[in-house]
Amino acid sequence: MEMRVSDLAVQRGGIVVLEGLSFTLPPGRALVLRGPNGVGKTTLLRTLAGLQPAVAGQVSIPAESLAYASHADGLKATLSVAENLSFWAAVYGTTLVETALEGMNLIALRNRWAASLSAGQKRRLGLARLLVSGRPIWVLDEPTVSLDAASVALFAGAVRAHLAAGGAALMATHIDLGLDEAEVLDLSPFRATSRSARQDAGFQEAFL
Amino acid sequence: MIALLVRDLRLAFRAGGGFGLGLAFFLLVAVLVPLGVGPEGGTLGKIAPGILWVGALLSCLLSLDRIFALDFEDGSLDLLATSPLPMEGAVAVKAFAHWLVTGLPLTLAAPVLGVLLYLPPDGYGWLVLSLFLGTPALSVIGAFGAALTVGVKRGGLLLSLLVLPLYVPTLIFGAEVVKRGAAGMEVATPLALLAAITAGAAGLLPFASAAAIRVNLR
Repeated sequence: MEMRVSDLAVQRGGIVVLEGLSFTLPPGRALVLRGPNGVGKTTLLRTLAGLQPAVAGQVSIPAESLAYASHADGLKATLSVAENLSFWAAVYGTTLVETALEGMNLIALRNRWAASLSAGQKRRLGLARLLVSGRPIWVLDEPTVSLDAASVALFAGAVRAHLAAGGAALMATHIDLGLDEAEVLDLSPFRATSRSARQDAGFQEAFL
Repeated sequence: MIALLVRDLRLAFRAGGGFGLGLAFFLLVAVLVPLGVGPEGGTLGKIAPGILWVGALLSCLLSLDRIFALDFEDGSLDLLATSPLPMEGAVAVKAFAHWLVTGLPLTLAAPVLGVLLYLPPDGYGWLVLSLFLGTPALSVIGAFGAALTVGVKRGGLLLSLLVLPLYVPTLIFGAEVVKRGAAGMEVATPLALLAAITAGAAGLLPFASAAAIRVNLR
């Protein structure tokens, strides 16, 4: 249950943004990605999630082990909080809706429509989807956007419990989560040089 | 899979879900055409099969861009793509949900509207049967068009242009079944071709749609 990345290069819009990236993420560990805007954090996470192909390098992730959370929460405004979560529980084949509601402090909101939630509450519901998925490796893109201090602590607690249960987490974030055990990986040194970025020039992109 | 179907149906029936949009449009076409053409039964009866099929096709077209665009906008298409559901299955289920929400109500409402258009009595059974066999193809082909244009802002126009030519065979054979049926002629050939189009589209296009979505999500 280990995520291994070696010599990975990823591209955004036909331009290579990161290259030569290698790391391993063993169970029970968290890795925080840092770097300035546009360095390729989201692109890297989307590549690892399998939404776009890597330009070079290997990614080895055990099958059916990854849960991805993007910037957008993927909530349906006209479904209630519980209905939103039940859908994902059914997709992932788990029955963890109650645990997730409790874990993200959403019990009191369970019958509210997602449309009537505040931005922070929506984000908590989006994160509750991870708890529902029951997957061991979490790949999170800016999970703490629009969360207040108490919710950030709640989320950090959820991540810590996940790590303690043998899970792993890879997240891109700018703020300090208070997760002292998490390793930090700065992506700036892996920024693609202009030479290799130009090389790519996107034969494939011409068709897509 | 079933969860996705239930979710899509639930979304369609809730506020802003678009259920009834296609049906209302179909109704308008069938009510307005007699007013425009005039009350003469002979003329209306002759054009009724074509009008009903064109109406069904256009009202199907009306809700196509919702199939994937809404999921794309709120990010759930990304999440579905990374979930254990195979994309081909998800596409097929969403097309089926689209048919349940538009094609099936149209099929059930068509005989009532046939009365407004003086459809000859022999044609009703064939009308329902041809719509029942033909409208699934409209949903599946439409889902393919929607998958191709999923990342495009305001892709509705492009979607219509892409999909309309693909709808032509279904329209021709569908209307032909009703026309021949109403005139008491043999309908087996157009009916078989209509069913073949639907079966072929339903069997092949989900794979093409899933591939198109994967490319568009990159």
